[in-house]
Amino acid sequence: MTQSPPLSEPTRAVRKVHKPSLGDRLAEQIPRLVVSPTMLIAVVFIYGFMIWTVVLSFSTSRILPRYEFIGWQNYQRLFGNERWMVALTNLGIYGVLFVVICLAIGLLLAILLDQKIRAEGFLRTVYLYPMALSFIVTGTVWKWLLNPSVGIQRFGRELGFENFRFDWLVSSDMSIYTVVIAAVWQSSGFVMALFLAGLRGVDDSIIKAAQIDGASRITVYTRIIIPSLRPVFFSAIIMLAHIAIKSFDLALALTGGGPGYSSDLPAIFMYQFSFTRGQMGVGAASAVIMLMGVMAILIPYLYSELRVKKDDR
Amino acid sequence: MTVKHSNRRYSEITGRAVLYAILIIVAIYYLIPLVIMISTSFRDMNDIRFGHLIDLPSSFSFEAWRMAWSEVQIGARRQLGLRPYFINSLLITIPAVTISVILGAVNGYVLSFWRFKGSNIFFALLLFGCFLPFQAILLPQATVLGKIGLSGTIPGLVLTHVVYGVAFTTLFYRNYYVSLPGELVKAAQLDGAGFWRIFWRIILPLSTPITVVAVIWQFTQIWNDFLFGVAFSSPQSQPVTVGLNNMVNSSTGEVRYNVDMAGAIIAALPTLAVYVIAGKYFVRGLTAGSVKG
Amino acid sequence: MKFQKTLLGAAIAGTLASGSMAGEVEVLHWWTSGGEAAAIAVLRDMVEEEGHTWTDFSVAGGAGENAMTVLRARAVSGNPPASAQIKGLEIQEWGDLGFLASLDDVAAANGWDDFLPEEVASVMKYNGEYVAVPVNVHRVNWMWINPEVLASAGASVPTTLDELWETADQLQEAGYTAIAHGGQAWQDATIFESLVLATGGPELYSRAFVDHDEDALTSDAMREAFTHLRRVTEYLDQGAPGRDWDQATSMVIRGEAGMQFMGDWAKGEFTAAGLTAGEDYLCVAFPGTEGTFTHNVDSLAMFEQRTEANREAQQTMARLVLSSDFQETFNQNKGSIPVRLDHDMSTFDECAQASMETFLATSQSGEGLVPSMAHGMSTTSSIQGAIYDVVTAYFNSTSMTEDQAVNRLAAAVRAAR
Repeated sequence: MTQSPPLSEPTRAVRKVHKPSLGDRLAEQIPRLVVSPTMLIAVVFIYGFMIWTVVLSFSTSRILPRYEFIGWQNYQRLFGNERWMVALTNLGIYGVLFVVICLAIGLLLAILLDQKIRAEGFLRTVYLYPMALSFIVTGTVWKWLLNPSVGIQRFGRELGFENFRFDWLVSSDMSIYTVVIAAVWQSSGFVMALFLAGLRGVDDSIIKAAQIDGASRITVYTRIIIPSLRPVFFSAIIMLAHIAIKSFDLALALTGGGPGYSSDLPAIFMYQFSFTRGQMGVGAASAVIMLMGVMAILIPYLYSELRVKKDDR
Repeated sequence: MTVKHSNRRYSEITGRAVLYAILIIVAIYYLIPLVIMISTSFRDMNDIRFGHLIDLPSSFSFEAWRMAWSEVQIGARRQLGLRPYFINSLLITIPAVTISVILGAVNGYVLSFWRFKGSNIFFALLLFGCFLPFQAILLPQATVLGKIGLSGTIPGLVLTHVVYGVAFTTLFYRNYYVSLPGELVKAAQLDGAGFWRIFWRIILPLSTPITVVAVIWQFTQIWNDFLFGVAFSSPQSQPVTVGLNNMVNSSTGEVRYNVDMAGAIIAALPTLAVYVIAGKYFVRGLTAGSVKG
Repeated sequence: MKFQKTLLGAAIAGTLASGSMAGEVEVLHWWTSGGEAAAIAVLRDMVEEEGHTWTDFSVAGGAGENAMTVLRARAVSGNPPASAQIKGLEIQEWGDLGFLASLDDVAAANGWDDFLPEEVASVMKYNGEYVAVPVNVHRVNWMWINPEVLASAGASVPTTLDELWETADQLQEAGYTAIAHGGQAWQDATIFESLVLATGGPELYSRAFVDHDEDALTSDAMREAFTHLRRVTEYLDQGAPGRDWDQATSMVIRGEAGMQFMGDWAKGEFTAAGLTAGEDYLCVAFPGTEGTFTHNVDSLAMFEQRTEANREAQQTMARLVLSSDFQETFNQNKGSIPVRLDHDMSTFDECAQASMETFLATSQSGEGLVPSMAHGMSTTSSIQGAIYDVVTAYFNSTSMTEDQAVNRLAAAVRAAR
């Protein structure tokens, strides 16, 4: 009902009514021509570099690329490194929590803001602003807030709650969750904006019709509006997953990967091994593993999303 | 909605009270770090060193703000403060956002209304590319930039940002357009309108909300980018994040949190301005009733 | 390799032209903020007075982590800077890749061999030729003390590890945080290397951290150092993990904590707070390491240049770095000591003078001057990183035993070679 069928098939049928002249044939190529710069970008800058990374992961590269090959040694080193396993586990915990919480908060805020709120503009900016601040400095502030002897815990105790504890930042078991807290704070506002734009795109007449039929507001949302936001969920999930996998400066500024390396993430691991620890081959191997992980999750998802569209036709 | 019974009205009012309460509590949570930053920026460094890290200022001083903008010595540069970096960031961000958003809009338009054989696969491959860790492409990209003579230049940085931003803008537009009613384009075609005419006259006017989103995203990503900014710049083209990082991080020097915080807020101002300005257009778009499905 | 050829060609082309020309010197460094930025600005002024242009390429972050990334990006794009702040063994790695330029002419003309300690000079040379110039010397094995806090706890300044724990107990009983520490990998490693120096002495230290001798890495002294490291954690406050070093110094300044183990750059914080060395705060050698000197030398490595003018600017800068004038102002600003053994220390403060005394004594006797592992002087970045990982994991774990720690250390070092 809200999911309109894409148009290419009927479009072509319409065009074929005319006699195919040279101009028409050129016109037919316009879509391909238009996306060709992007295709070129993808081929060179994404897939070309991806292959390069794979090649490097089998090489002896240390501080700069070197093309002598040593088979699977870099991968053996990688998986022999306990820190890498910690980083991978952390990415799992962090990635799932981050994506789910951001989606929930973003959607909720967008729906609440869409209730013809006064000062919507102000509130929207408040929810969005964390994304504007570079984490180079915001990380410091969060570090203070979450540090038990400086921030929230100290305030709690000064207010008279002697046994108040909030020491996740300094605990090896919990530190990764503080990264989630700060990351959600930073990114959920954008998800809100994404959903808000989506909500503004929902056809009012359908909602009105449903309300006339006696559907409650909650039903309207759960049955009509939220399902129609499916493409927005798609955008948001891709974007959030992208942020989660690349999370780097955030964790570095907040916990520095610590205590110890308990809140290490693959992106930090990769950067350090490639650039500061002179083990570029191992760094490249870790990038390849990250990509494989993404592939395992993303390909089924992309397939199902893009396929639904086809069936809709 | 028409409200007929008075108890219904009563529940409506408490409902709105709860609604506002939630919105305001969340807003306070979001604002706490900013309040700390602003308060710290007004404090004196000795206050901070001898007192608590988080506290209200005992006296107000704009000294730290002035220092951060135009007086603090960053490295051994002749020009002081964040100002020169700030200008570089504008020169990088504005063209990069413009180009990547335009490319994304056109790509999205093709991928939703003018599909060709393999267009879905192309889209999937493009999306998958988003997940290549940026750290992994630093060296090959540096090599390419060196080969085409753009190493360390602002155009080189613009190119890099466009290349790695276009997948996202395409994603946003494409997913927005697929939810638009397809009859729009079909009807226009029957009237004899061509590819570009339909885009300009019909699709673009409907794209305001998603353009706002795409601009917000791209502007934020590019303005706040550190990794590309540091790896592909030269002293003449370093963006503000690099300047800020240089100002804040010293390996063995003494630390000035007040200046750091002021600098961080200054560096965020253009992005905030974009949020406020772009945000106004959120209310427009489809709700204006421009579309009848 | 390909790079070497092009660079060699450029160098030959360069030597054909000659004469005094105004060139440009682009310097990649991470002295970006506060006193250290002011310190390097002095060098800029001196270079520009000689008629050359200084292009300041500053990139901060970690111990030069970002700067090293940038250097790699610039190297692969074919235009490395004229000079980059590179330390320790990394100089050799860049030398192996054929990027570095010889400074032997400047070195001979200015008699560098006469006043640079052998230990430092050898790090600056690749295949026997100077390719880098040392800027300063930091001493890492310092302990910073708030004497008022110690006095009010009835404790005295410790000189051995046993006394250290006695003092720490007294401080803790009196309600102070005994040890101010920031739980970051490099800070953990900084304490650890001092402990190894105290338990094993300079000889074992070198065998473990320079030669990576397996027996030394699993020796009893190493085990003992781990035991002491675990003990350090008992005297920290709850907020220690992740804390920046300057905040730990602030705790000593404010009188919340009694002592901190940190290199001589901590002095910058005390000075900025308006305190005087020897009165308001004390600097003494880390307990059990008196008479030894863990050095951390900053240096500028020189990259091959394409034009003669730039080569000249580069060589001029190298000469100026070791001039007495620059050594004096730079090190006064930065808290370190001059790298020239013949430097007059009378205008320096008490801590710097004490530092220089030990530096002179150890470099003349050839005993007790050791490179800092935690600050990238003793080993390659990959082995240093491997040691960091084990030390910080142990420091933050309650279950890892000393035996496990030494075995993991040896294994990690082996894997990173």
